[in-house]
Amino acid sequence: MPFYQQQCLNGLTIIGEVIPEARSAAVGFFVRTGSRDETSAESGVSHFLEHMLFKGSKKRDAATVNKDFDKIGANYNAFTSEENTVYYASTLPEYHQDATELLADIMRPSLRSADFEMEKKVIIEEIGMYEDNPGWMVFDHAKKLFFADHPLGNSVLGTTQSVTDLKRDQMVDYFQRRYLASNITLVATGNFDWGKFSAKAEKLCGSWKTGLARRDNIRQTSGSGDFKIIEKETATQQNVVMISPGPPAASPLRYAANLFAMILGDSSGSRLYWALVDNGLAESADCTFHEYDGAGAFYTSFSSDPKKTAKNLDITIKQLYTLIAKGITEEELDQAKSKVLSRLVRSGEKTMNRLLEIGMTWVYLRRYKSIDEDLQAFEKVNLRQIQQLIERYPLLRITTTAMGPLGKLKMPEIPKQPKNTIPQPS
Amino acid sequence: MNQHLTRQTLEKQVHHHTFENGLTLLMEQMPHVRSAAVNLMVPAGCGLDPATMPGLSSVLSDMVLRGAGKNKSKELSLAMDGIGLDRSCSAGTTHIRLWGGTLARNLPKAIDLFADIILKPLLPKEELDSVKMLAIQDIQSIEDEPKQKVMLALRKNHFPSPLGNDRRGTINGINAITHDALSKFWKKHFRPNGSIISVAGNVEWEPLKDQVEKLFGKWKSTELPAIKLTPGIGGVTHITKETQQLQIGIAYPSVPVGHKEYYAAIGAVNILSGGMSSRLFTEVREKRGLCYSVWATYQNFKEVAAIICYAGTTTEKAQETLDVTIKQIRNMTKGVKEDEVKRLKIGLKSSMLIQEESSSARAGSIAVDWYYLGKIRPLEEVQKSIDSITTKSILEHIKRTNPKEFTVVTLGSKALKYKE
Repeated sequence: MPFYQQQCLNGLTIIGEVIPEARSAAVGFFVRTGSRDETSAESGVSHFLEHMLFKGSKKRDAATVNKDFDKIGANYNAFTSEENTVYYASTLPEYHQDATELLADIMRPSLRSADFEMEKKVIIEEIGMYEDNPGWMVFDHAKKLFFADHPLGNSVLGTTQSVTDLKRDQMVDYFQRRYLASNITLVATGNFDWGKFSAKAEKLCGSWKTGLARRDNIRQTSGSGDFKIIEKETATQQNVVMISPGPPAASPLRYAANLFAMILGDSSGSRLYWALVDNGLAESADCTFHEYDGAGAFYTSFSSDPKKTAKNLDITIKQLYTLIAKGITEEELDQAKSKVLSRLVRSGEKTMNRLLEIGMTWVYLRRYKSIDEDLQAFEKVNLRQIQQLIERYPLLRITTTAMGPLGKLKMPEIPKQPKNTIPQPS
Repeated sequence: MNQHLTRQTLEKQVHHHTFENGLTLLMEQMPHVRSAAVNLMVPAGCGLDPATMPGLSSVLSDMVLRGAGKNKSKELSLAMDGIGLDRSCSAGTTHIRLWGGTLARNLPKAIDLFADIILKPLLPKEELDSVKMLAIQDIQSIEDEPKQKVMLALRKNHFPSPLGNDRRGTINGINAITHDALSKFWKKHFRPNGSIISVAGNVEWEPLKDQVEKLFGKWKSTELPAIKLTPGIGGVTHITKETQQLQIGIAYPSVPVGHKEYYAAIGAVNILSGGMSSRLFTEVREKRGLCYSVWATYQNFKEVAAIICYAGTTTEKAQETLDVTIKQIRNMTKGVKEDEVKRLKIGLKSSMLIQEESSSARAGSIAVDWYYLGKIRPLEEVQKSIDSITTKSILEHIKRTNPKEFTVVTLGSKALKYKE
């Protein structure tokens, strides 16, 4: 696939992957900012600001923004994470330029006071919705417990209180600090003309204010190692999340880490599947690897009848221990690779997925990777790299959060890191 | 550019064949992808669950994956993982659906394994208790998802039974399931007539057809049972639960697929809740800040269809949310605007064309077409139908179908007043 890149004089980067046979074209702005870049007084501002962008610019009010997206049949949305805020749209190829203009326009928002107050209500409703869902809430608590004073523990949504207290001026200040041209990447994928697109983009974004958007406190962490139980009497199932340290996004071990997580806790055929789900002990059990700027973590979780929680916790820790002590087999590694291969290819066939994939790769690594390049990197992972991962990251140093009807839960004793591995301080 | 694109899309290869035993095979060739997806539907959905064992077909949909043909449970799972076959098997109202997605080159192996799962499942007795435990947890976990709970109750109250039933069944029903009942259900309802296999991706027709014929050709057909429908209770129901938010579900009748007003109905629901400029989002969320999530969608069975609406909001704002939502639905009879119709038509067309990027979506889509219409609509036909939507056709449809009353279900700490 042809890949292109260029940088505006204000430091805004434009990249694109052209897929001539695609049915659609996608475009998105990737702002390298999120909850980790917030001060405690402005908790929740990144996500709130993401909503506010759709409230319009000098040129468009909120209703016009919505109408203009719908007029071109755009499939569009935005999301905020700990480190990124992304705005994206996919359309039929003939509307790609319109979608680009529209997104670029809302990237310079008016942040009108009346809209600010109205949208605050919506955000508080969104927080309420998540708070009624223990299966979701437990992850927010778990992340906070693991990262402790590390900024990656900041909540993306914030709390009802922190959002209520937010003032428009604080949002304006955050916007001016973070939405600088040098901190933004414009990405396009699919069936579009790079020449026309990049020329238009330069015109639209070339005069945006630039400067230095700093990110503090980029470091690894091994996590607090704490255990916390949060009683929620109204819940039915008990949710448990265990977080262990892992490699950061830029680490060459990220491929091994993804395969490791898949072997331990993929939804089909993984070790946790056979140990907990196949026999009905837990409703679900999985392990996923999350990579961040300078840090990484494995999230191992299960949801079950509270009566089985203690037993399941014990089994999960034993599974983790066995995996670390005895390693994995060649066959398991091949299985995991087959799954990755199939998933990457199928996901990459959708233009929108490609946009998110190449955008994120660029934000974290400042480089482009084709699907085939990614596939090869997974293909190359061998047992030695899995062993390196196990030796480098103390996966048994788990931080555990349990949420549900249980008021008490005894944490089983965690076995020592097996002898053949060399735990290292983070 | 779009001209070229449209032509390319419209010329795609779609095949279908119905074998002597009644099994239908559908295929859409997608030369621009490397993947393939297969969708296998057997007419053994939860609508056929024995009265004393609601949840049986759902339990069966888990059991069939636990070993088939020569492969025991773990071997079967390994064989599927080995070819990167992501899969799921679940019960719907009318069918049990086995879905798989993989690389096109692995499709023949995937179909071999799927044939075993459908025709030669081991249904291991010793695993039934585990599967039942999972099924019970599946039911229990709905208690932790208020939104899902309210929508399940809404469907149950609104649609005729057994169409509105939840595939999960009941805890008592699951407990009552025996291995014998499960085998009998499988023998009785897994049949070629009424079954559909649909494939989409970078696949060739002739070899696929030959393979399916070889694997499924000897499958014996049996008479399809008729499902007797009993009307839903409708009305207004409140479920008390201590939650922060109050959940609101509203339903009213629409027309089924294939009805002459079908596209007008789709147009109407899109004006209410299509893009973010649609009425519910604008009036309930954008102008009043009443909730984060509010939407309406079209839901259908062969016999009946409905518009299903949802809103979730803090208890104090719930009454206003219900009132505004009902008012917006009622206001539809007062007229629809030209620009609203223009926007929804572009939206429908663009999602139709963008769907062409996903082999999985296409495999599902052609099967749905076949089930409801007995044919696969060419894209030109769908495009023409979308073009035929006008302010007039929508308004006439709305006026004709404007419901006397709604089915309403609320869930939360306080009941609401339903009045018009």
